[in-house]
Amino acid sequence: QAQTGTISGRVTDGKNEGIPGATVLIEGTSLGSSSNVDGTYSIQNVPAGPQTVVISFVGYNSVRRPVTVVAGQNAEVSASLAENTTQLSEAVVVGYGTQRRQDITGAVATVDSRQFVQGQVTNSDQLIQGKVAGVSITTSGGAPGAPSTVRIRGNSSLNANSDPLYVIDGVPVDKNEIKGVSNPLTLINPSDIETFTVLKDASATAIYGNRASGGVILITTKRGLKGEKLRVELNSQLGVSTVARRYESLSAGEFRDLVTANGAPAQIATLGTANTNWQNEIFRTAATYDNTVSLIGSVAKVPFRVSYGNLYQEGIVITNKLKRNTGSISLSPMLLDDHLRIDINAKGSVLDNRFANYDQIGIAAFFDPTQPVRASEAQFGRYGGYFQFLGPTGGPLGNAPGNPVAALNNVNDISTVKRLIGNVQFDYKVHGVDGLRANLNLGLDISRSKGSKDISPADFGGYNKDAPNNPGLNGSYTQSSVQDKDMNLLEAYLAYGKQFGGTKFDIQGGYAYQTFVDQGPNFLTYRSNRTTLVNPDAKLTVPGFYNKYVLVSYFSRATVNVQDKYLLTATLRNDRTSRFRNGYNSGWFPALGLAWRVKGESFLKDNTTISELKLRAGYGRTGQQEIGGAYDTQPRYALGNSEAQYLFGNAATGFIVGPLGYNAVLTWETTNTLNAGLDLGFLDNRLTATVDVYERKASDLLVEVNVPAGSNLVNRLNANQGTLRNRGIELGLNYGVIRSENLNWDVNLNGAYNVNKITSLGLQDASFPGVQLGDIGGGTGNQIQIRSVGFPTDAFYVRQQVYGPDGRPVEGVYVDRNGNGTTTDDFYRYKQPSPLVTLGFSSNVTYKKLFLAFTLRSNLGNYVYNANAADRGTYANAQASTLFVNNLSPDVRNTGFTRQQLFSDYYVQNASFLRCQNISLGYNVGKVLGASSLRITGNVQNPFIITKYKGVEPEINGGIDRNFYPVARTYTLGIALGI
Amino acid sequence: CQKDLDQTPKYEPTPDKVYVNLAAYKSVLGKLYGGFALTSLGGANGDSDIKGIDGGTGNYLRQLWSAQELTTDEAVVAWNDPGIQDWHNMNWDANNPLLRGLYNRAYYEISLCNELIRESSDDKLTSRLPSGDVAEAKRYRAEARFLRAVSYMHVIDLFGGGPFVTEANEVGVAAPPYNTRQQLYAFVESELLALKSELAPARGNEFGRVDQAAASGMLARLYLNAEVYSGTPQYAKAATEAQAVINSGYSLVTQASSASSAYGRNFLADNNLAPASNEIIWSILLDATRTTTYGGTTFLVNGSTNGASAGWQRYVGQTTGWGGMRATRALFDKFFLLGADTTVDRRGRFWTRGQTLEINDQSQFTQGVGVTKYRNINSDGSLIVGSQNFSSVDFPMLRLSDMMLIYAEAAARGAAARATGLEYVNKVRRRAFGLNINAPSAAADITDAQMTTDFILDERARELHWEAQRRTDLVRHGKFTSASYLWPWKGGVAAGRAVGDFRNLFPLPTSDLTANPNLKQNTGY
Repeated sequence: QAQTGTISGRVTDGKNEGIPGATVLIEGTSLGSSSNVDGTYSIQNVPAGPQTVVISFVGYNSVRRPVTVVAGQNAEVSASLAENTTQLSEAVVVGYGTQRRQDITGAVATVDSRQFVQGQVTNSDQLIQGKVAGVSITTSGGAPGAPSTVRIRGNSSLNANSDPLYVIDGVPVDKNEIKGVSNPLTLINPSDIETFTVLKDASATAIYGNRASGGVILITTKRGLKGEKLRVELNSQLGVSTVARRYESLSAGEFRDLVTANGAPAQIATLGTANTNWQNEIFRTAATYDNTVSLIGSVAKVPFRVSYGNLYQEGIVITNKLKRNTGSISLSPMLLDDHLRIDINAKGSVLDNRFANYDQIGIAAFFDPTQPVRASEAQFGRYGGYFQFLGPTGGPLGNAPGNPVAALNNVNDISTVKRLIGNVQFDYKVHGVDGLRANLNLGLDISRSKGSKDISPADFGGYNKDAPNNPGLNGSYTQSSVQDKDMNLLEAYLAYGKQFGGTKFDIQGGYAYQTFVDQGPNFLTYRSNRTTLVNPDAKLTVPGFYNKYVLVSYFSRATVNVQDKYLLTATLRNDRTSRFRNGYNSGWFPALGLAWRVKGESFLKDNTTISELKLRAGYGRTGQQEIGGAYDTQPRYALGNSEAQYLFGNAATGFIVGPLGYNAVLTWETTNTLNAGLDLGFLDNRLTATVDVYERKASDLLVEVNVPAGSNLVNRLNANQGTLRNRGIELGLNYGVIRSENLNWDVNLNGAYNVNKITSLGLQDASFPGVQLGDIGGGTGNQIQIRSVGFPTDAFYVRQQVYGPDGRPVEGVYVDRNGNGTTTDDFYRYKQPSPLVTLGFSSNVTYKKLFLAFTLRSNLGNYVYNANAADRGTYANAQASTLFVNNLSPDVRNTGFTRQQLFSDYYVQNASFLRCQNISLGYNVGKVLGASSLRITGNVQNPFIITKYKGVEPEINGGIDRNFYPVARTYTLGIALGI
Repeated sequence: CQKDLDQTPKYEPTPDKVYVNLAAYKSVLGKLYGGFALTSLGGANGDSDIKGIDGGTGNYLRQLWSAQELTTDEAVVAWNDPGIQDWHNMNWDANNPLLRGLYNRAYYEISLCNELIRESSDDKLTSRLPSGDVAEAKRYRAEARFLRAVSYMHVIDLFGGGPFVTEANEVGVAAPPYNTRQQLYAFVESELLALKSELAPARGNEFGRVDQAAASGMLARLYLNAEVYSGTPQYAKAATEAQAVINSGYSLVTQASSASSAYGRNFLADNNLAPASNEIIWSILLDATRTTTYGGTTFLVNGSTNGASAGWQRYVGQTTGWGGMRATRALFDKFFLLGADTTVDRRGRFWTRGQTLEINDQSQFTQGVGVTKYRNINSDGSLIVGSQNFSSVDFPMLRLSDMMLIYAEAAARGAAARATGLEYVNKVRRRAFGLNINAPSAAADITDAQMTTDFILDERARELHWEAQRRTDLVRHGKFTSASYLWPWKGGVAAGRAVGDFRNLFPLPTSDLTANPNLKQNTGY
């Protein structure tokens, strides 16, 4: 009798449900089996001794388990397999429900936690940077918690909010700013997030009609599972950040030589003897700690997850920092024989910020490098020993910049913000009516912010000439950002599904009611002693601010699935907003999506190469009402403050009241989107590809227009005017390049091409070039961009530089484009800041316990106006005044400009780039010291960028490189421990 | 829940909640007067009333002053703000953002006035106010009509014709009709004539608010330029109206103070008090802490010093020099005619130390002479209380000596009594020389033969320089665009040159041509 035993066990997925059909092999033998419907398997006649069991299943990572088989006995080897790619059968969260991926007719992309950008991510939106075709996420710099601009398929509006709608665990949260937080998503702990679902086209988003024109991002947080064993997860990261790119400026020596050679005697006399690199003085190596502990499991059949997170992040600019404490809890009990599912979610956070004034970064780039940071002379004593440019009487020199190091240290601009997002969702499968479901969702999003700005008595800008030596009467203190926001949500719907033969119908209809209140008190500014008003007779004419708006909506959806081959989704939503007046406040948003799942046809059903083939087409309309204040369509008056009095009769006070402009006929902006897509899968979906083409046309654009002079109580008003078009192609590719027992390699490639164009701006006089925008420096009121028909929303509006035979720009000489003999009127529209092409590439390699992942991103065709070089790259800059001089941009050597040439297209520079978003290398230690899993990760964020652009950052939303907070390079060490 | 869609603001009152008593009407009237001084309901740092232009830059007075002074021999500016060099170089076009700002300011003021007039109909006043307050509220309404007439006069003077809106037009987005220069002239004339009786009697109103003398004064100015505005000269009417003002009880400042000449007291921080308030018929009120703006006289004081000289800063009473405006030598030289100089004629107050008389480069503040007419100090030389970053100098919109020179000009043109006109000129000059205004003076007085229209034009430059009248004066005398009078950098060249006569009018902004298809662009643009 051979010495054999058996091996048996159960193969499960992450939800502890059995995986049927998994392959189980004994390595090095021909023995094997596949799992049953419940995931169990059994293999007989296994030779006794040490063996290795290999369990694999398409779409899941393989597992190898060593086992010692004893003759005549059974050895149990059970395994839980982790998914490795997005699967067709997976349930995808869509608006008001879920759908199987294969049933979806719209353009929907999902990114889950395993595909997130690794390393130090403070803002949740950065988790999917570079991961989804057509979703461009641009951070506004390297400050902790700096806001990102998220654009799905380009700018969808002119003046209205183009941000996507975020729906977090079923709560559509407030899109608008919370004072004291640069980015509302900073208040969510990224470690709590499970998946992002991006709804891109109208057939997917129209169910959220009223605020869906910018696309919808559905965020699902992690939760416990029924029957799950209690486990503890601990994630800890330690990071160090440095500045990745700086502004170019001359060194002290170069600057001293230049001024000595070219300056007037009075200017040369202002030079100091120090050698200060001001950017070295304001930038630092910054530390970050980020810890999250979570408890996941199921108690008395109630699955739960609770987590606590704690983040401390220093900015790379001195004094700048952020602290965040987050807590989340989710409970998902099932009651009434599993007919009633209740989802309870609450996410709370407390954020403490100390902000840095970005202007100081620009000032550091041009502050005279021959001056010291600190100076011991007596006249600097009252300025805390910091060097400052002083006037003849010892007060601040007019027009001179303040010492940036002093300014950063002297200003304590802080805020504390608390936010709670929570909801309770009841989903009831109605007893006795098969297929009928009732859903009620009650949610809230509340925030409380408090901020203050304390300017030290020693500050240059806080100088009080009436009491220079009384510290209490210098400097200032303001409570700046006290704001309470309350969003309340009630949604209810009924859904009914029924199958007739091979045809399945689902219909649902519902109602949503959402209110937004934004309120807070106003404050006066006091001197440092906090009792003396800066303006002695200031008083609060208006005690506070209060804005409330209400959205009332009805929505419905029907889906039809014929034999898993022909799919139809139709939605209709009606929204009313209190922003608009009766008669103008109702918007209808229909959508229709059709799909032909070719794979379901008989001729493809058994094809083993092509595992998925689906054609999709959709058309729909979404709406936009997010513009201006809550009451902008009503006649109303505003009270003047203490600085805007008018003193009739030499009276001591004379407060005034004035009417405000309003547009009573303002109504919905609508966007019609046409989308066609193709989903492909090969080799059991080891390779999947998605291609989408789309056209989005926004009409009745909400835009600030010039109203006819005299017709209203203001010269520009928000109105509905013009049309805007975005056209594009998107491609997404996921490929499991290598699948083997020890080595797995997955790549994701995505690309998008989007062309944005204003197609109409209403009636236009031929001589009117368009509304200008995009503030730049170099004088008051200079703007570099324009809105014109036939061009992108923010084309640069510049003059065409003439270059000499040496290739250098000729100062003040421009092309006479209209040939009228003068070039003063020869402005033209040139390029745009938005990229034409965005590309993302992610790679994940695991070899045994080791893994290596990186993400690359590239933008092509984006241009940036190098405002720093334009403003500072002239010799006049070193000759500007007689009592102080400013440093120059070394670009002056390329141009030789003696005067500013602000509108030269020379400064509109190609900012295409390839950026490595992050590289992470990790090791799965596995079971160690009683812990069930341990993973160690090393990470570099922003390790390199390749670009021809010379300014501080090529990836700038809006395309103007001016006082930009440079992006950090961050090295992070992380451990993830499971117990 | 549908009812919840009707939300009303909590802190911004709706019109029915605003006009509840006389004080409320007056606070709106303050906004109307303040329209010339302020840029927002939040003072200097609030959100601008006018969009598409920097708040301070878009200040009514600042752009009116710039259009009237930077375009002439009296001022150049060093800055590089968009469009600002076009003023002196005389190459502005219909897209100039500063012109657009000025035009929008004028029409914003007109709209504000229309709103108060609309809310002050007889019916509304009698239903909202106790009967005892109605008469005073009607006076507010008359003052609103006056301010509206002033803004329409600016439109007539600067732009010719333009949109025409009154209280009869509802607030909305409908394009108003275009009225020609003649039509607007007729409207303003009829309004001012009516207001001569509806406003408070001369010197009978609260300080800062206009009276019948102001209506006559504006009419005098309208008639003085009637030939330009309507094609028909009205110098005799101008003299009559000027005479009415001269007889109405206002008087020239004749007493110098420790820190200022008698003339100069009209332009100090305490010019809201006597004696300056006896000479100034209507001024734009400003206050360093309560009526703040980066335009107004803050612009005139801070903008015309550069902070390099402590002495200069102390003299004009500010701590933040912006390094902007200076005069060309064409203005400076006018004080050296007829044997006078700036020590004798005390109106010529210039800062020359560290400055050059010649201008090679308009962007260099140190080229050109500094003008120290507006000084943010009190008559006794004391500094104002509070921030020196803002000015407390009120800006005179109508001043008695202007009326005297209007009469004299009418006389020089043969439309009024020459002897009276000569006496007025000489009184103005005697005051300027620090003399007894009633005692003939060989040094100050001119002869009848010397009282030519050219002399009056120069005298107006000496008396009224930097008071936002120069361009209008040069246009009336045919010297704004022509080669008959050149000044440094006129038309953008150092020696000066003639420019096309179409530049006697500014263009309507293209932004409004786009918004309002009823408009007609001025010839040449």
